[in-house]
Order: sequence, then structure tokens, then C-alpha cells
Amino acid sequence: MASLQDLAKIATQVRRDIVRMVHKVNSGHPGGSLGCTEFFVALYYEIMKLHDTFTMDGIGEDIFFLSNGHISPVYYSVLARKGYFPLEELNTFRMLDSRLQGHPTTHEGLPGVRIASGSLGQGMSVAIGAALAKKLNKDEHIVYSLHGDGELQEGQNWEAIMFAGSKKVDNLIATIDRNSQQIDGNTEDVMALGDVGEKFRVFGWDVLELKEGNDLKAIIDTLKDAKKRSGKGKPVCVIMHTVMGNGVDFMMHTHAWHGKAPNDEQLAIALDQNEETLGDY
Amino acid sequence: MKKYTDQGKKDTRSGFGAGMTELGRKNPQVVSLCADLVGSLKLDEFIEENPDRFFQVGIAEANMMGIAAGLTIGGYIPFTGTFANFSTGRVYDQIRQSIAYSGKNVKICASHAGLTLGEDGATHQILEDIGLMKMLPGMTVINTCDFNQTKAATLAIADHEGPVYLRFGRPKVPNFTDPEQEFHIGKAVMLNEGKDVTVIATGHLVWEALQAAEALEQEGISAEVINIHTIKPLDEETILASVRKTGCVVTCEEHNYLGGLGESVARTLTVHHPVPQEFVATRDTFGESGTSDQLMEKYGLDNKAIKEAVLQVLKRKA
Repeated sequence: MASLQDLAKIATQVRRDIVRMVHKVNSGHPGGSLGCTEFFVALYYEIMKLHDTFTMDGIGEDIFFLSNGHISPVYYSVLARKGYFPLEELNTFRMLDSRLQGHPTTHEGLPGVRIASGSLGQGMSVAIGAALAKKLNKDEHIVYSLHGDGELQEGQNWEAIMFAGSKKVDNLIATIDRNSQQIDGNTEDVMALGDVGEKFRVFGWDVLELKEGNDLKAIIDTLKDAKKRSGKGKPVCVIMHTVMGNGVDFMMHTHAWHGKAPNDEQLAIALDQNEETLGDY
Repeated sequence: MKKYTDQGKKDTRSGFGAGMTELGRKNPQVVSLCADLVGSLKLDEFIEENPDRFFQVGIAEANMMGIAAGLTIGGYIPFTGTFANFSTGRVYDQIRQSIAYSGKNVKICASHAGLTLGEDGATHQILEDIGLMKMLPGMTVINTCDFNQTKAATLAIADHEGPVYLRFGRPKVPNFTDPEQEFHIGKAVMLNEGKDVTVIATGHLVWEALQAAEALEQEGISAEVINIHTIKPLDEETILASVRKTGCVVTCEEHNYLGGLGESVARTLTVHHPVPQEFVATRDTFGESGTSDQLMEKYGLDNKAIKEAVLQVLKRKA
């Protein structure tokens, strides 16, 4: 078990990776990536039980699905730092002939990724399918998934949420990144999501609110609690309140950096705010 | 002309159900999903024998496609079941991203395809599904002609690694292929050798093509009849060998002439061996309510229409 200080160092380095990747190709999605950095670090370094080598079927280990695929920078950084593929490959993000496509995919065979995502609203169904496969295989490991809050506007989610509650898919822990931002503005202005937790609850889920979604200890405690609640007849949902752009002050509390890259000057400021801890790629 | 005997009319969807029953017994990795149409897809026996390997998803086809994709992660071979319209058009992006682009081993099994669904009318009669599915990179597209072939295809696709669209129908149609046949994906079946015209048919129109060939024989016209059960990948070798001999072709399908088998054949011929072609297919139209036979006649998909198309293409060849 890593110390919180160690995990914080990893998170800081991941934030550097994110802004550098996006800056290099002048495209990509830094805001949501930064907002979920602590979640990814906690999940991959502290929560999930993982094999050393990647297999598509993931039998005998926990598996994770990213439904809001546009936050690929944080996903790629954490996968690379965990050793799924060479760190220097982060240099190829969004470039021709890269395995690190704009949105994650299995198509180029990138280890760590089990489904393509990007067209929103599909990941929960896939996670449910993988959870059902684990039950058939009598594999007691957990399926984790992450979804944007704006993404919940896609109707397929509610088919999936209804299914998981109705069919008691209790080896699934779905986390919602509740940053209340989407491309066109605040989620409550674009199409109000209201009380997301209550919506999951009435669909038969066990729901945990994670108020401090950028606090490593709070994330770890909540995900451990979620894991304890699994296997009890209900899928588990974590409503994780995050700050978009967390850790880079001018990107915080706004949707402006949803899909926009920093320029040279902005990159320098962002890197100043996040010192190199583990070595840049 | 080679004679084919109707062993008794049966629906192709029952061939699918029979294939699923057999798969349930012999392949423990096969699972099935259905969106509230168990009876229509003839899945009762599979479900009774394998309750743990069946997932009733309710009227939620998008979710069904995603769950199917997820079930492959862990080693299962999911067969989804619903009507063709809800198997394709309704869930195109789910198939595109979560199944085709992700390279998942999902078998999309679609009943009630085309006009022969009958009285329910155009909302349920999809005539665009072959086109939608064949455009997806990596997707295999199969349209079977009778009960026996549908059963054989259902068994065969379980052993094929990769996404498959299997299209079949609702009405009872002549069951004339060999019950012991082996189904080879991508390999055309030569039903009758002839020299004047090549008739290439898929699905319910294969039997109609044979009927047309018999009628043409009475008029001294020798028709080669090929059953193309696999529209993608297309057996170009068999098609080209035939048209090099006959010099003209009629394609027959219960589908829009835009995007279907006919266009795939036309592309092959244009590149390798251009010859006159006529299309027996719907003409960029929606369907309507009616009986299966009435619709096939009205929309020009029966054996009379095939015969007329042959006479027309022979004129152009001359």
C-alpha cells in the first residue's frame, strides 16, 4: 500500500502528463482529465486488484471501463505509469499511426483498454456485460466504470441503470464524475440532471456520495466502502463531486477547458503549479 | 434443371431457434440475449435448458448491444435476438463503437427482416439493414434462405471469431436445402448450372429464383442460380466465374436496391468484368401492411419479377 504522499506525487506527475500531451498536439480534453486524476490514481494504485500482464478477458482481476472516453489523457497517463505500455508512447497521443487515439480504443491493440469509447453513453452497458461474464465465470472480482455527469443525458444509460438494478448486478461499481459541467455550460442549465444519486437509488442502486472527489483519502475511503457494499444484491454507484481542471488554477471551475489545449505560456504556468515528481515522459 | 424439393414450409427464425438449442448443448461459451421477443426468436428451448446463459434485457436494444459487447470480455459468445429493424437501425452507433470498432465477437441475430414480416407494416419492415451492416468494417453479413440453412449458419457463426450480422425472417417458406449441410461463411452455393444468365439470390428470394429458373427453362432459357448467403465477405470468385460464362446477371434480395447485395455484386463486376445487371429489390421505398405473398408480388420480389428481370437483362446482353 502506497502512502498518501506517494499517491499525491503520482497524481501531480499525471497532471503534468495531461497538460503536456494536450499541449503538444494542440487538442484533447484536459478539464475532465484533471478533474479525475485523483480518482484514476486511487483506482489503479490502491483499489483495483490487477494482474501484472494485460489480457482482454481480465479473468481473476478487477477491470475498469472508461465510458466518457474523451478524458483519454488521464487514462493513458495512468496506464503508462502503471506499466501497461512504454511511457514514451505518451509522446504519440493523437498523432498519426499512434495506439493512443483521441478516444480510447481496442482497435490498435493498446494494452489496458478493453472497449472503444467516445460516443457517449455506452460504457455502462459494456461494464454490465463484463460483470455478468464475471458472474458466469464465478470470478469474484469487481467491474469498475467511470461516466461523465453530462453523459447521463444519453438515454442508453437509463436502460443500463434500470437493467443493473433490476437484475441485481452487484459486482459493478459505477462512478459518476459530477463536475456539473458540459460543453455548452453547466449541466443544470443545459439539461438539468437534478439529484443524480436519488435517480440511481430509485432504480435500485446502492448510492454513495463522494463530496471531496479530488481528495485522495476521501476517494480511497469511499471506493473501499463501495467495495464492501458490493455482492449484496445491488449495483453500487459513487457520485463523485469533482472540480473540472483540478490542479491547474486557471482551468478550474469552468467548462472552458473541456476540450481546449493550453498555449506555450499557459503550459508553463500549469507545469509551475505541478512540479515534476517522477520524471516527465 | 436440378430439382429441389420443398421438405415442408418452415420459418427461418425457427431454424435459428433450432440452431441455438444445439449450440446451447454443445458450446458452453454461447450465451443469448433478447429484447422482449423470446417467442418471436424461438429461443424458448435454449432458455429452458440454459437459464443461466440467457439474459432478458427488456425493450432496451441499445443496452442489449452494449451488454453483449461486455460479455465477450470474459470469453463468452453472445447472440443477440430481436427484429432486424431493432437489431440494426435502432442501435447502429452501439454496434459501430462497442462491437465493430471494438472488434467484439458478438453475433447479431435478426428476425422479421424485410417486407415478409407482413401486416405490422413499414415501421417494422427494414429494407436497409444489409447496407447498414455491410458498411461496418470487419462485420460479416449473412442472409439465409430456409430453415435448414439458417440452422446451419447459426452453428457456423459460433465458430467464427468476429462480429456477425445474421438476417432471417418471419414467414413460413419452402425448406429445400440439405438438413445435413455444412455452412461455409463466404462461400456461395451453386444451386443450378446454366449458360444464358446468372441469377444471384439471397434470403427468401433464393427459392423464388429457383422457381423463376424452372419457368425460364420452359422457354428454353438456361439460368445459373447461385445462393449467396454471405453478402460480406462476398464470394467474388464464384460470381465472376459464372458471369464470364453467362455474360449477364440478375441479383435478387428482399432489400432496397441501394446498399444491398445487388450493389455489392455490381461493384465486383464493374471492377473485374462489367456485364449487364438487373436488380430484383425494392426501389428506394418503405413497405406497407399486407400478407407476405401480397407484398412480395406488389414490390416485385417474387419469381414472376425475377423472370421478367431475366428477360430484360437478356435483351440488354443481346
